Amino acid sequence: MKHEPARGPASSGPKPLSLRLYVAGEAPNSAAAIRNLGILFPGGEASGKPVEIEIVDLLKEPLRGLADGVVLSPTLVRLGPPPVRRVVGNLSNHEAVLLALGVVP
Amino acid sequence: MRMNHRHRCSHLQISAYSGVVKAPDRLPTFVPGLDALTDGGLLRGRTTLIVGGPGCGKTILALQVLVEGARRAREPGIFVAFEERTREIVADASAFGWDLPRLQKDRLFFLDAHLDSSTVHGGAFDLAGLLAGLSAKARELGARRIVFDGIDMLLAQLDDPAAERLELLRLHQWLYESGLSGIITAKTEQVDPSRSPRYGFLQYLADCVVLLQHRLVDTVASRHLQILKYRGGKASCNEFPMVLSGRGVEVAEYAVDSLEHEISTKRVSSGVPDLDAMLEGGYFRGSSILISGASGTAKSTLAGAFADAACRRRENTLFVSFDEGSAQIVRNLRSVGIRLDRHLKSGRLHIYSTSARARTAEEHLLQIRSLVESHRSRCLVIDPLSALTSTVGGPEARSNLERFLALERKLNITTLATSHLQGISEAHETATSAGVSTLVDTWIHLSYVIQGGERNRALTIVKSRGMGHSNQVRELLLARRGLSLTDVYTAGGAVLMGTLRWEREEQEREARLQEGRAFEERQRVTQDSVADLSSRMEALRRERDEKEQDLKRMKAARTGDVGTGATRIGEIGRMRRGRANPKGSGPARPPRRKP
Repeated sequence: MKHEPARGPASSGPKPLSLRLYVAGEAPNSAAAIRNLGILFPGGEASGKPVEIEIVDLLKEPLRGLADGVVLSPTLVRLGPPPVRRVVGNLSNHEAVLLALGVVP
Repeated sequence: MRMNHRHRCSHLQISAYSGVVKAPDRLPTFVPGLDALTDGGLLRGRTTLIVGGPGCGKTILALQVLVEGARRAREPGIFVAFEERTREIVADASAFGWDLPRLQKDRLFFLDAHLDSSTVHGGAFDLAGLLAGLSAKARELGARRIVFDGIDMLLAQLDDPAAERLELLRLHQWLYESGLSGIITAKTEQVDPSRSPRYGFLQYLADCVVLLQHRLVDTVASRHLQILKYRGGKASCNEFPMVLSGRGVEVAEYAVDSLEHEISTKRVSSGVPDLDAMLEGGYFRGSSILISGASGTAKSTLAGAFADAACRRRENTLFVSFDEGSAQIVRNLRSVGIRLDRHLKSGRLHIYSTSARARTAEEHLLQIRSLVESHRSRCLVIDPLSALTSTVGGPEARSNLERFLALERKLNITTLATSHLQGISEAHETATSAGVSTLVDTWIHLSYVIQGGERNRALTIVKSRGMGHSNQVRELLLARRGLSLTDVYTAGGAVLMGTLRWEREEQEREARLQEGRAFEERQRVTQDSVADLSSRMEALRRERDEKEQDLKRMKAARTGDVGTGATRIGEIGRMRRGRANPKGSGPARPPRRKP
């Protein structure tokens, strides 16, 4: 609704996975989420394809979370390809996260 | 000194009811009744927890504190909705006349913190990001109040008692540092929320805890509010009836802490001159009057007469009817010469008709209270009050009624209530009317007296505090020209009314008439005989005079005869030589003169 899928770079190939992670500074769950993201997508790739990852620090951009309807931190949003999907939490449950993002391990 | 203090207190509470007083460390809620309970409101800069089962009004109460704060105190606020969508909340609020879209422009901010069911749980999370955002928003808005509605939904998502406690602590800490006055609402499934472990900690953190309850009393849903905790202040811990009305939440706290109030000695007319005379001038202004009686004894008619008189004195009057609609009341009263339509047209009279069972007694009383307030009524009629006490009876109804009547008295509003009663025996009355009669100042009882095959209405003043009043039973007459009371006819120890009284009176009148006629007759006869005697006396006098004349004449004639006789005797004597004159031969004596 509020979150228009970010327009990925115009390419003829398969649409790249575009993610945005909202964190609250260095709060334990947020720090864990960043760590888990590194584990889930080693080298910034998923199944050999590049993954676009944007990290929004709500402590630095506090109003952005409210505007984007992000209540809990951390929250990971799959902006593309559609549909938009949300995963809340520190992403420690890898299986559930990958399933939600539609990534086949 | 003590009295002084009490008086000051009550004044303060009355003012708080209308939302004027702002105590320094209080957060006025502007919720009718609530500020009076807590001596000025919730705790400013602290956290208040509102707990209660589903549908007991937590969200509305919290929102009302926020909205009224923004409207009346111009304090911007933030509403964080964990349970419902803000769109729904805004739509629901329009039912209470709160113009949220307008307030949202500059004073209120609604955050949809409702978790989408499609959201995937990928591990532990916290509120750090949300609170950072809210801090920024609060600064931007200049917010003073914040509501976290449905925190239980959030806690359920955490699904970990340790995490729950951690996040609550975080929230509490944040509220404390932000300086905002916070309200957190939480749903409890149990009747007794203190047994719920989740809320034990929540209640421990909160500075003030308000419990809302929703239960059925005699098939009528009734709401209650109770303040379980009020840190560092005085608050009434009793359970108070709460009502959801067209204006939002209202608490039935009538701020009555003493029976001290201005006592009026001014009188207001009952609308029936004869009754005013019995009461030596009418009802006291600001007093409460109960008119009891079986159905059809003209209770409503007396109430209508009172309302009419009040309107004619140019006093705003509220007529609450649980029996009839406004048109019906107007029509019925017109038949006895009471015309309420013109008062309705002028707005002086307001008729509020409703079904007694539609709400709880408390809700009705609060509704009446708010109508009286908005209409600025000086006189109030409740017809019948027994509709309220019989719907939800018991000591609760009585105490509410007591508070209600006491407040009307305090505000100098003359309240006339009717009650369905069969007799005036106390036992029967307590059963049907929650002992209302002891709460009122004047009690008038109407009854039927059945005699000679007809029912007649009898009126008695059972009691009337602080005034002399007639203790006579009177007959109440309803006529096209209006109401009147007549002296009842007592004959041989029996009270006669209606046709019997009329017959008796007719008999008496006839007897008096006959007596009058007989007297006149006797008078006439006597006068005749006097006249007769007079004329006879006159005739007799005339006869006597005539006889006297005759006598004179007779005497005069007799003198002449005697003289002639003597001469003749002398002649005889002379002829018979002395024999005829034995005293010698002297000359004959001259005839004696008649004296």
